[in-house]
Amino acid sequence: MTKKANLNYSVQEMISKNKKSNSLGNLVEKLVPIFLLFCAIVSVLTTIGIVFTLLKESLTFFTKVSLKDFYFGTEWSPWTDKFGVAPLITGTLLITVIAICVALPIGLAAAIYLSEYASEKVRRTIKPILEILAGIPTVVYGFFALTFVSPLLGEIFTDMKIFNALSAGIVVGIMIIPMIASLSEDAMSAVPRSLRDGALGLGATKFEVAIKVVLPAALSGIIASVVLAISRAIGETMIVTIAAGATPNMTFDPTQSIQTLTAFIVQGATGDTSYHSVIYNSIYAVGFTLFVFTLLMNILSQYISRKFREDY
Amino acid sequence: MTTIINNNAAFSIEDFNLWYGNDQAIHQINMKIPRNEITAVIGPSGCGKSTLLKTLNRMIETIPSVNTSGSIKYNDKDIFSKKMLVEELRTHVGMVFQKPNPFPKSIYENVAYGPKIHGIKKKKVLDEIVEKSLRGAAIWDEVKDRLNQNAYGLSGGQQQRICIARCLAIEPDVILMDEPTSALDPISTLKVEELIKELKKDYTIVIVTHNMQQAARISDKTAFMLNGELVEFTDTDQLFSNPKDKRTEDYITGRFG
Repeated sequence: MTKKANLNYSVQEMISKNKKSNSLGNLVEKLVPIFLLFCAIVSVLTTIGIVFTLLKESLTFFTKVSLKDFYFGTEWSPWTDKFGVAPLITGTLLITVIAICVALPIGLAAAIYLSEYASEKVRRTIKPILEILAGIPTVVYGFFALTFVSPLLGEIFTDMKIFNALSAGIVVGIMIIPMIASLSEDAMSAVPRSLRDGALGLGATKFEVAIKVVLPAALSGIIASVVLAISRAIGETMIVTIAAGATPNMTFDPTQSIQTLTAFIVQGATGDTSYHSVIYNSIYAVGFTLFVFTLLMNILSQYISRKFREDY
Repeated sequence: MTTIINNNAAFSIEDFNLWYGNDQAIHQINMKIPRNEITAVIGPSGCGKSTLLKTLNRMIETIPSVNTSGSIKYNDKDIFSKKMLVEELRTHVGMVFQKPNPFPKSIYENVAYGPKIHGIKKKKVLDEIVEKSLRGAAIWDEVKDRLNQNAYGLSGGQQQRICIARCLAIEPDVILMDEPTSALDPISTLKVEELIKELKKDYTIVIVTHNMQQAARISDKTAFMLNGELVEFTDTDQLFSNPKDKRTEDYITGRFG
């Protein structure tokens, strides 16, 4: 109280004075949300623009090649006018399935270890290293697949091609391990300690707690991470372009050389295809197919994670 | 784990000390916790009462850097010996926590969880265990028509009784309760207290509470702890009407804490 008496000004007066004089501040206050809205709209507009471009060029393509020939044809050989997209789709699926078979068990096991077993110190060392894996350029992964994994697998499967789906798929899997491990670990760490205590108090072992309490409680986050990883595998371009060959083969034999949707887009875009040729348009049709795939994955993930959500 | 026991103590605690890192939380405690009675542990916050409780089923070991000395015997067996499997100890010494912590599963799955992880799989047997446990926790009539609904849809008091039922489902001998009503409203508290008194017939109960009236209402014996030491441990009536120690008297008359 004595302090107030010593001051020859009132804080309240100063506040009200500053409020009145600060018209610039008021303007900023009004402009900020508009600016933020603009930033939000940019990404929406970009998406719309991409879909528009894809649709426009795809429609041009479908005036030259029928939808039926495109989606039900089984031979992809654009330079001899054969536009059956199925071999590219099977190629993409093959790579994705191999990648998930590699990444899901390893990524999930790593996540369980980091969240349930590792000490704080170990976790703080391993997690950043894991995340470095995610920062390696995919072109490096591509050459890793071609010059290391492929010869190694060649020792086991003697009749394997140098360019093959298996080594590309495995390396795509390695690439997405950190994504699954890191995001799943986040989801599992977010499960409250009280749930673990509840199970431990009933005589559950650590492993039972991890599998039967933490995993189900974190399931929606884990599924989200896996679906994100699958989308990433479907869209992966550089590794498959380098290591999987460029042979549109309708096969599920992983030792064969294949071509994915993305790898064809690269091939078509870097080759001497002329503007407005059928091949040029086919790039967009393939891109559109890819877009539909990842869109479906996203919708699926939203549906699944809502269905399996365990709220705590 | 049925052995011939020649004294009436469920737990015998001898010269027990406990450290969190370098901080000693429990000093030289000696006490015998009687079988089939309700033992309350009271004391101000930070006095070590919850720590002591969590030591009895070794839940304290989930916290890193805990060290202990001295011995705690459960039914004459050292709980810290290498022969004692911690999972087995916890099936005999169950625990109910401060905040209701049902699993985010159905009411049925919550109660059946314990038996299931210990290998009981027959649907019919599980059905019986679930019903028996929910009746034992005095909540069967409230939930029997919605066993498949998520336990999180229940009120706090109901959730806590589900947690007690979950604990009863593995038929422990001892139930440890860590301030089980501190997160509940008065009516739910009353229901849980009545339940605890009911459970005394079949179980040894150790309850930590910072509510002295609650200790006086429900317990047979009361221990008063202060700064990690056991100040006084005697019959509840005796402790509240005629405390031997000056510090106990100060605490129960509200002069501190």
